[in-house]
Amino acid sequence: MKIDSSLSVAGLSFERGERRILDAVSVQFESGAVTAVLGPNGAGKSTLLGCMAGLLRPSLGSVDLDGKPLIALPADERARRIAFLPQIPEVSWPVEVATLVALGRIPFRRLASDADNEAAVRRAMQVTHTAQWSQRTVTTLSGGERARVLLARVIAGESDWILADEPFAGLDPAHQFEAADLLRSLAAQGHGVVLTIHDLALAARIADRVVILHRGRIVADGEPEAALTPATLREVYGIEAQWLSVRERGAPLIAIHGRHAG
Amino acid sequence: MSTPRWLMPTLLILVLVLTAASIAIGRIVLDWNVWLEQDAISRTILLELRLPRALLGVVIGAALGLAGAAMQGYLRNPLADPGTLGVSSMAALGAVLSIFFGVAGLHPSVLPLSGVAGAMIGMLALFLLAGRTASTLTLVLSGVILSAIAIAGIALVLSLSPSPWAAGEIVRWMLGALADRSLDDLALSTPLIVVGAILILNSRRALDALTLGETGARSLGIDLGRTQLQLASGVGLVVGASVAVSGIIGFVGLVVPHLLRPLVGARPAALLIPSAIGGAVLVLAGDVVVRLLPGGSELQLGVVMSLIGAPFFFALLYSMRRQVT
Repeated sequence: MKIDSSLSVAGLSFERGERRILDAVSVQFESGAVTAVLGPNGAGKSTLLGCMAGLLRPSLGSVDLDGKPLIALPADERARRIAFLPQIPEVSWPVEVATLVALGRIPFRRLASDADNEAAVRRAMQVTHTAQWSQRTVTTLSGGERARVLLARVIAGESDWILADEPFAGLDPAHQFEAADLLRSLAAQGHGVVLTIHDLALAARIADRVVILHRGRIVADGEPEAALTPATLREVYGIEAQWLSVRERGAPLIAIHGRHAG
Repeated sequence: MSTPRWLMPTLLILVLVLTAASIAIGRIVLDWNVWLEQDAISRTILLELRLPRALLGVVIGAALGLAGAAMQGYLRNPLADPGTLGVSSMAALGAVLSIFFGVAGLHPSVLPLSGVAGAMIGMLALFLLAGRTASTLTLVLSGVILSAIAIAGIALVLSLSPSPWAAGEIVRWMLGALADRSLDDLALSTPLIVVGAILILNSRRALDALTLGETGARSLGIDLGRTQLQLASGVGLVVGASVAVSGIIGFVGLVVPHLLRPLVGARPAALLIPSAIGGAVLVLAGDVVVRLLPGGSELQLGVVMSLIGAPFFFALLYSMRRQVT
C-alpha cells in the first residue's frame, strides 16, 4: 500500500468571538512523515488540527486534501481518509476494549465486509499491544493503557492521515516512546502523521519536521534542528535551550535550561 | 462482548408468558377455552378489554424502553428517560391542548399527533439545553425545567377547563394506565410508534460513535445535526403516541436500559432492541401486578411504575454523585 497524499492549509484564519486564534496560516503536509505542531498554550495548535480534520470550519481560507477542498468531501469519506484523536478523548460507556477499537471502523461499516473490519481491528490491537486486553472493560484500564487503546481506535481506520492532539499526554516515558515508535512506523508505511505535543525534547527526537505556532502564526517550520533554534524558543516559549553536540541513537538532543530571564 | 445468545429468546418468552397472563388475569379469570367458547360475556371481556390491554402493554412498553435506550445513548447519560426529563409531560401537554382547543374532536388521529408534536418540541428543547454537554447536572436541570413548564401548562389548561368532569378525566388519564383502552387506540398509536422506532434504529451508527463523545463521533463522519433531528422525531413519535394512549408511565425507559446495559456489553446500538423487548416485559408485568393487588379499585399503572422507578432513579443518582458536579 503506497499512500501519496497531501494535506494543505492555505490562508487559514479562525476566530472565536473577538479573538483570532489562527491568523492566515499556510502550510502543507505530505504523507510518509511525522510532523509535530508545537507552540505554547493557546497558540492555536488544537484549532489547526481541528480544521485539518474537518471538524472546525475556518473563518477564512481553506483546507485541501490532495488539492480538493476538504469541506466538499462527504463526512463519511473524510472520516475514512483522516482519523482524528481528540485531546481529551471521551469514553462514555463501559464497553470492552475490542468494541472501542472497532468504533474506528464506523466510517467503513457499509463499505467493508465484517471480516475486513474485524481484521483491521485485530491488526490495530496487535501493533498497539492492546490485544491482551480485548475482553477487558475500558473503564478498568489505567490512564496509560486507555491512551494506547484510544490510539488503537484511531489506527483501526487505516486512514491515510492520522491527526493526534497530544497523543502522549498522560503516558509515562516508556509508553511515550512506544506510542511515538508506533506513529513513526505508520509514517514509514506511508501514512501522514500530524501531532501536537508539549514535550520539546520528545518532539525533537521523533518528528521529521516541526511546525511552531505562536499567537496563531507559523514562526518556524523545518527539521527539528533547523526550526527549534535557541532564538525561536526564547521568543516563543520564553525559555533558554540549546542543542547538544552529542547525538543519541542518531537523534539530536535538546537541553532545556529554564526560563529566559528578562 | 456481544449480546449473549440466551438474552433475546428469554426476553421474548417473558413477553409471551406475560401477554398470556395479562389476557387471563383480572376480576374474572379467563382460561384457554375462551378462544373456543361462544360465551358472549367472556368473548367481550377478551376482545374488548383484555386483548387491547395486553397488546398495548407490549407496544407501549417497547416504545418506552426503546425511547429510554435511545435518549441515554445520545445524551451519554444513564439518567435519561422520557419521563424523568419531561418529554412525556410535554407530550401530555400537547394532547391536553388539543382537547382544550377542541381540535382533538376533529379526527381521532389529532390527539396522538398533538402528543407527538409536544414530545418532539420537548426533545428539541432538551437538546438545545443539554445536548452539547455530557454533564449530568445540566441534563437533570434541563429535565426539571421542561417538566415544570409542561406541568404548569397542563395545570393552566385544567384550571381554565369549563367542565370539572373533563378535568378529572384528564388527570386520571395522565396518571398512566392501560385499562379501558380499545383496539382503535392501538390501531391509531401503533403506526406512529413503528415509524418512530425505525427512525431510532436508523441512528444506531451515530449512537455507537457517540461513545467517543461529540468530537469523536464527528471525526468518524457522523452528522450530529441530522442525528439530533432523527432522534427528536423518532423519540417524539414513539413517546407522543404512547402518552396519548396510556398517559404518563414513567421510569420504564430509565430502568430497563440500565438493567440490560451490562448484558449487551454497554454498546448503545446493541441496547436498543433488547430495551424495547425489556420495556414490554416490565410494562406487562406491572400491568398484571396492579390487577393482583388487593383493594377496591385498581391502582394506576403509572403510579406503580413511579413507586418502583423513583427509588431506582434516586439510587442511580446517588451512585453517580461523584461525577455530578
